[in-house]
Amino acid sequence: MKALRNLLDKLHPHFAKGGRFEKLYPLFEAADSFAYTPGEVTDGAPHVRDAIDLKRVMITVVIALIPCFFMAMWNTGFQANSMLQASGGSVEGWRGALLGMLGFAGDPNSFADNLLHGAVWFVPIYLVTNLVGGLWEALFSIVRGHEINEGFLVTGSLFPLICPPTLPLWQAALGISFGIIIGKEIFGGTGKNFLNPALTGRAFLFFAYPAQISGGNSVWIAADGATGATALGRAAEGGVQAVTGMYSWFDAFLGTIPGSMGETSTLACLFGAAILVLTGIGSWRIMLSCLLGAFSLSALFLLVDSSSNPMFALGPHWHLVLGGFAFGLVFMTTDPVSGAMTEEGQWLYGLLIGAMCILIRVVNPAYPEGIMLAILFGNVFAPLIDQLVLKYHIKRRLRHVEG
Amino acid sequence: MSKAKDVLLDPIFNKNPIGLQILGICSALAVTSKLETVLVMCLAVIFVLAGSNVSVSLIRRQVPDSIRIIVEITIIATLVIIVDQFLKAFAFGVSKQLSVFVGLIITNCIVLGRAEAFAMKNSPGMSLLDGIGNGLGYSVVLLLVGFFRELLGAGKLLGFTILPSTNDGGWYLPNGLMLLPPSAFFIIGLLIWALRSWKTEQVEEEN
Repeated sequence: MKALRNLLDKLHPHFAKGGRFEKLYPLFEAADSFAYTPGEVTDGAPHVRDAIDLKRVMITVVIALIPCFFMAMWNTGFQANSMLQASGGSVEGWRGALLGMLGFAGDPNSFADNLLHGAVWFVPIYLVTNLVGGLWEALFSIVRGHEINEGFLVTGSLFPLICPPTLPLWQAALGISFGIIIGKEIFGGTGKNFLNPALTGRAFLFFAYPAQISGGNSVWIAADGATGATALGRAAEGGVQAVTGMYSWFDAFLGTIPGSMGETSTLACLFGAAILVLTGIGSWRIMLSCLLGAFSLSALFLLVDSSSNPMFALGPHWHLVLGGFAFGLVFMTTDPVSGAMTEEGQWLYGLLIGAMCILIRVVNPAYPEGIMLAILFGNVFAPLIDQLVLKYHIKRRLRHVEG
Repeated sequence: MSKAKDVLLDPIFNKNPIGLQILGICSALAVTSKLETVLVMCLAVIFVLAGSNVSVSLIRRQVPDSIRIIVEITIIATLVIIVDQFLKAFAFGVSKQLSVFVGLIITNCIVLGRAEAFAMKNSPGMSLLDGIGNGLGYSVVLLLVGFFRELLGAGKLLGFTILPSTNDGGWYLPNGLMLLPPSAFFIIGLLIWALRSWKTEQVEEEN
């Protein structure tokens, strides 16, 4: 390790002001602070002593995502292996060749086979996302002289997890480019994005290429010619029976159902939620209020019931474990930049997203899933909510001053 | 002579009505999914702008200040109805595609804006140039937006296939977002970004 430190120190003058590669300083800084803690200390008052900095916040989120990564690979493989075993097909193309070399048997009961098969679908999307997104990030940092921020690691991890396994790689590249540039960089980069960049990228793909990201039943299972609707897609067509006939509630909770790669397992999201809440990085207020919003509205729909809309009968206990609700709630509504900042505002913001998600799922026949649009909607309203809360506070305190 | 040239050419890049003043956005979103409708719309707006600027300028000394807006709107509405009827008679297909947006030229802020800001204070000749210039500025942005939307959204330009789409057995997968009006927002935003990077004096001061 000492050698690396020495090397970085030796290179430092070349990148510092006046050095040959001054313009590339953000790249050097990123490499240095990736390996070591940032060397700067605050030199002007006031000082806040805290062990946590932006870098550590972002890394904690990535750690909280590890269970989801794991489930993304395992479940993608499990779905594909089950389907292939039933149809007697085999994995095609380079993926098949690679799996063959690794001694892959395609057994859906084998832990390793599922993980391997999932990895050949997940890892390419992950790599493309981070490579392309990282390039944009580096480009903007160099032009603007900003530091490259670890925040990108979070966006680069979230984005592949909310994509279906069969997403073409060029679309992953296009989606993350849109998310990073339009969702984040044009507003000034890290800390200034009012929308969640990963969701912005996914929303772009959702509207631009609906056939590949949510089209019908063929995108959710990574096996050639296999079709399998998401549970929400089934519910939108055939009501709650269509879901219970296929999966148990526990299947949905564990995440052994088709869907976007990282979103299916509520259990994995709960692990993440525990880490985020315990470390104080994710706001428990937002999580709780979002849960409340979704729970109460879906319970209301269940009570009202409708003969023409089968989604009314899908109770709250289903809504919470199906689709991307848990994933969005834990990892995306709590984004500290695009979410509400004030405590009261966080309650409102969460309620708004939870209720909006159920509203889109149940009442809008065009979209079986609503969490992506609900969070983006909440992001747009977050500054307004904060503004109202602040105004209210100022007004209340002024009364004391004048009185 | 150089003043006339400025009046005619400034609105194209230096004082673009969409790019700098952010006027006339509605029609830029609504009619730009195809280049054909864009072309017709641009011609219609240039005609109305030039016509209203000249007419308003001709009677600018006779019109009492208190009712000038009513007079301006009457003139603009008359011109728009002429355009609308003309399109219905000679280009019915395009007229149907443009639907209400021809009629809505009346409410296009650029037209009333130029009548108020320029034609009320300048000679008819200059007003004509100003009208044409602003119409061209509007057209440049609309044509660019229409170009990208039709090319990326359908793989075509003016109906001719440029990128053969997968629906017809080609390789290009049309981008569905480009056919939706919000995409025009993104493209106009990017165009303004490009324009202000080129002409930095248009960047607004931060407050």
